[in-house]
Amino acid sequence: MRPGRTLLILVPYLWLLALFLVPFGIVFKISLSDTALAIPPYLPTLDLSAGWSGFMEFLSELDFENYVFLTEDDLYLKAYLSSLSIALFSTVLTLLVGFPIAYGMANAPEHWRPALMMLVILPFWTSFLIRVYAWMGILANEGFLNQFLLWTGIIAEPLQIMNTNKAVYIGIVYTYLPFMVLPIYATLEKLDGSLLEAAEDLGCGRTEAFWRVTFPLSRPGMVAGSFLVFIPALGEFVIPSLLGGSSTLMIGKVLWEEFFSNRDWPVASAVAVVLLLILIIPIVLFQRNQQKQQEAEQ
Amino acid sequence: MKRNIAILTLSVSALACAAAADEVRVYNWSDYIDEDLLEKFETETGLELIYDVFDSNEVLETKMLAGGSGYDVVVPSATFLQRQITAGAFQKLDMEKLPNHANMWEVVASRTEQYDPENAYSINYMWGTTGIGVNVGKVREVLGEDAPIDSWSLVFDPANMEKLAECGVYFLDAPTEVIPAALGYLGHDPDSHDPDVIQSAEGLFLGVRPYITKFHSSEYINALANGDICVAVGWSGDVLQARDRADEADNGVEIAYHAPKEGAQMWFDQMAIPVDAPNPDGAHAFLNFIMDPENMAAASNYVYYANGNLASQEFLVEDVSGDPAIYPDAATLENLFTTTPYPAKVQRVVTRLWTAIKSGV
Repeated sequence: MRPGRTLLILVPYLWLLALFLVPFGIVFKISLSDTALAIPPYLPTLDLSAGWSGFMEFLSELDFENYVFLTEDDLYLKAYLSSLSIALFSTVLTLLVGFPIAYGMANAPEHWRPALMMLVILPFWTSFLIRVYAWMGILANEGFLNQFLLWTGIIAEPLQIMNTNKAVYIGIVYTYLPFMVLPIYATLEKLDGSLLEAAEDLGCGRTEAFWRVTFPLSRPGMVAGSFLVFIPALGEFVIPSLLGGSSTLMIGKVLWEEFFSNRDWPVASAVAVVLLLILIIPIVLFQRNQQKQQEAEQ
Repeated sequence: MKRNIAILTLSVSALACAAAADEVRVYNWSDYIDEDLLEKFETETGLELIYDVFDSNEVLETKMLAGGSGYDVVVPSATFLQRQITAGAFQKLDMEKLPNHANMWEVVASRTEQYDPENAYSINYMWGTTGIGVNVGKVREVLGEDAPIDSWSLVFDPANMEKLAECGVYFLDAPTEVIPAALGYLGHDPDSHDPDVIQSAEGLFLGVRPYITKFHSSEYINALANGDICVAVGWSGDVLQARDRADEADNGVEIAYHAPKEGAQMWFDQMAIPVDAPNPDGAHAFLNFIMDPENMAAASNYVYYANGNLASQEFLVEDVSGDPAIYPDAATLENLFTTTPYPAKVQRVVTRLWTAIKSGV
């Protein structure tokens, strides 16, 4: 192989090393240490000036007791489970809302598509925080939604949406919708129209053609979109803390408490490492499974 | 609303901290200064002032203990300050650069010495109490004319809370202030560090938890002023600011603050200079500016909190100096208690209890 090419391949690995493995290593190291009243608030800190023996001593002070601690209080288990269910449910909701949008975009006349695409991306031009705050204005008890519903007479009492999990779902679906729409749109747009014609020639109705051709072929887009929504939603902090109520239990908030209220960086780091494992293991298993399926098909 | 966004974006602004010698970066509580003073400081000293805000001691403490916050002046409450001094987060004040220090009030200084021996690291900015703010009209409407608005039983007795729930009750999201209040109401030492005693507050909260609308440490000002809620467990000056905003809006909302008769926490917010402040000279200039009697009085007149500056008292408006909710009379002073910082293990018990109270887990 030419050296130029090796270098080119090396670049993404360097990124992975610098932006993922090194920070992960630091977080993992902190998760093995003990909390202390100091700057930074944990012990031991790595001091390379003491040489090899200093490094060995540093290693000997690390232990897994913070991970043991996570198993002793069911708060953490409950928070992980609650985060998983909120993330899963909102991913499904986003898929249900996002797929028709992407399908409509892909089937719109060609000269409309750039404009539709623009409409999906446009909200990103406003700060994420401002958009979440806008939802607070819409969903509050005296908010626009309730005022409108009261005015139309559909409801007699304002709906309590703000500060409940419903508001969290609305916030997540709204915020992450473009991440679902765009990958699905990309796969649907590339779909070979002659496949649908062939299906119809062979006697499929339009609905059947959709379920037997379009839907299965758009699966890669749906999978990509679901990952793009599920992963950030799992660790979401801003949306539950602004829109959710005190009883909305998510691991992002638990992490915040460990970090800020308890000043316990080691336990906070342990929570983060476990969160990462919860995400990585199923994703790796899923990808293996996909690969095997593809190989089997070939 | 703008303020809350500022709180969440401040971490971003703190990152971009290649501070120059002509900049002073101040990190203070939200709604805690007359903003005209910020401009006055810039004109008087020629320094550029960058002013960020927070609404929780925990956020500030994490920044201090992480180090390299980029701030020159920060304003922790005294209990938090004490722990941060132990951790080595602050530098000693250079009294020669603080000629206005002579204006400080011995009565307050002797109390803050409990946290910062000889007041070597900090000056008092404001002090106040943690108590109950009520929308008088609404509470009387719900509970009747003799509603106990000057007692913790208003928010800790389920019978009252059940009725108040319909008009909205906010609690501070500050365990180190609300739990001591609950312990005091139960007849324990509010400053108890005994995990079993602290845990005993749980039962009290479980009874009223279903009726608490929200735990938040800054939204209640607007919520009270707009009439969205009728009771808030909050800080004295914040409630009085809500009263002021309601008066300005002329919306018929009448707000009152009480330091409950069973005992209320007295706290001190102290200005200190981080050990790694990029511009310690500028920080001293800011502290000296704040300790100027007229400036300090302007701040108090604006935020409705008492200050630790004796010379400023002649410049206070009657509305502030004459209000027992701000400058408590002798009888109320006797009912006020102070707390000391929790050790790490006890802190974990307090946080865990707080999570249990808030989210039921």
